[in-house]
Amino acid sequence: MKVKVLLFANLRERIGTSAEVVEIPDSASTVAGLRMHLMRRGGAWQEALADMKVVRVAVNQDMAGANAPLNPGDEVAFFPPVTGG
Amino acid sequence: MKVSVQAEDFDLSTEVIEISMNTRTGAVASFVGVVRDVAMTLEHYPGMTENAIKKIVEEARSRWQILDLVVIHRYGELQPGDQIVLVAIASSHRGDAFAACQFIMDYLKTQAPFWKKEHHPEGARWVNALESDDEAAARWRKLKEPQRLLKS
Repeated sequence: MKVKVLLFANLRERIGTSAEVVEIPDSASTVAGLRMHLMRRGGAWQEALADMKVVRVAVNQDMAGANAPLNPGDEVAFFPPVTGG
Repeated sequence: MKVSVQAEDFDLSTEVIEISMNTRTGAVASFVGVVRDVAMTLEHYPGMTENAIKKIVEEARSRWQILDLVVIHRYGELQPGDQIVLVAIASSHRGDAFAACQFIMDYLKTQAPFWKKEHHPEGARWVNALESDDEAAARWRKLKEPQRLLKS
């Protein structure tokens, strides 16, 4: 199935893209599964997503944990802890 | 109840007048965040950012008496001295207005998807999230009862 991956702030810069439609196997249909799938690409993907202490995830614009399930067409955003205000 | 994520600047007195129309209003508390000595770029997540702020506002409304409020957060290129964020609360009494204003700011800092990139002379760098900001937000979770200690 396909999901839309969004990257923000330093993750966007390190990986060098802000959005990409990603095909993932049905067996990887959780946030954790998608992350492992992306990290297997190696390089900047592997490095940027390695430390989940500094990565937050939102599914369809709601904060989500590693076990959150994914469905076809979901929007999954990876970003660092927020620093607004 | 107004929530706006915008590039444009805002005017405090205009916004305060807007939320002070209700004749039950007896107190308006406001907070303005300002860029310190380093220019910055503020990035956000269009859509999610507005929704996250609206959720924080709903939580505040469930805890305190809020007659009206405004939250404005800017994004884009900001220079030292520029205004970044406005939170203003109109209530019948100051206790609710002060508390709701601080609550919304504390939650904005940890829940709303904004990221600051500072432009230092030696190069640009992303601002790291502060543990003290998480602690400031966590403080409110321990308070089960609405805080209405003060009457104006």
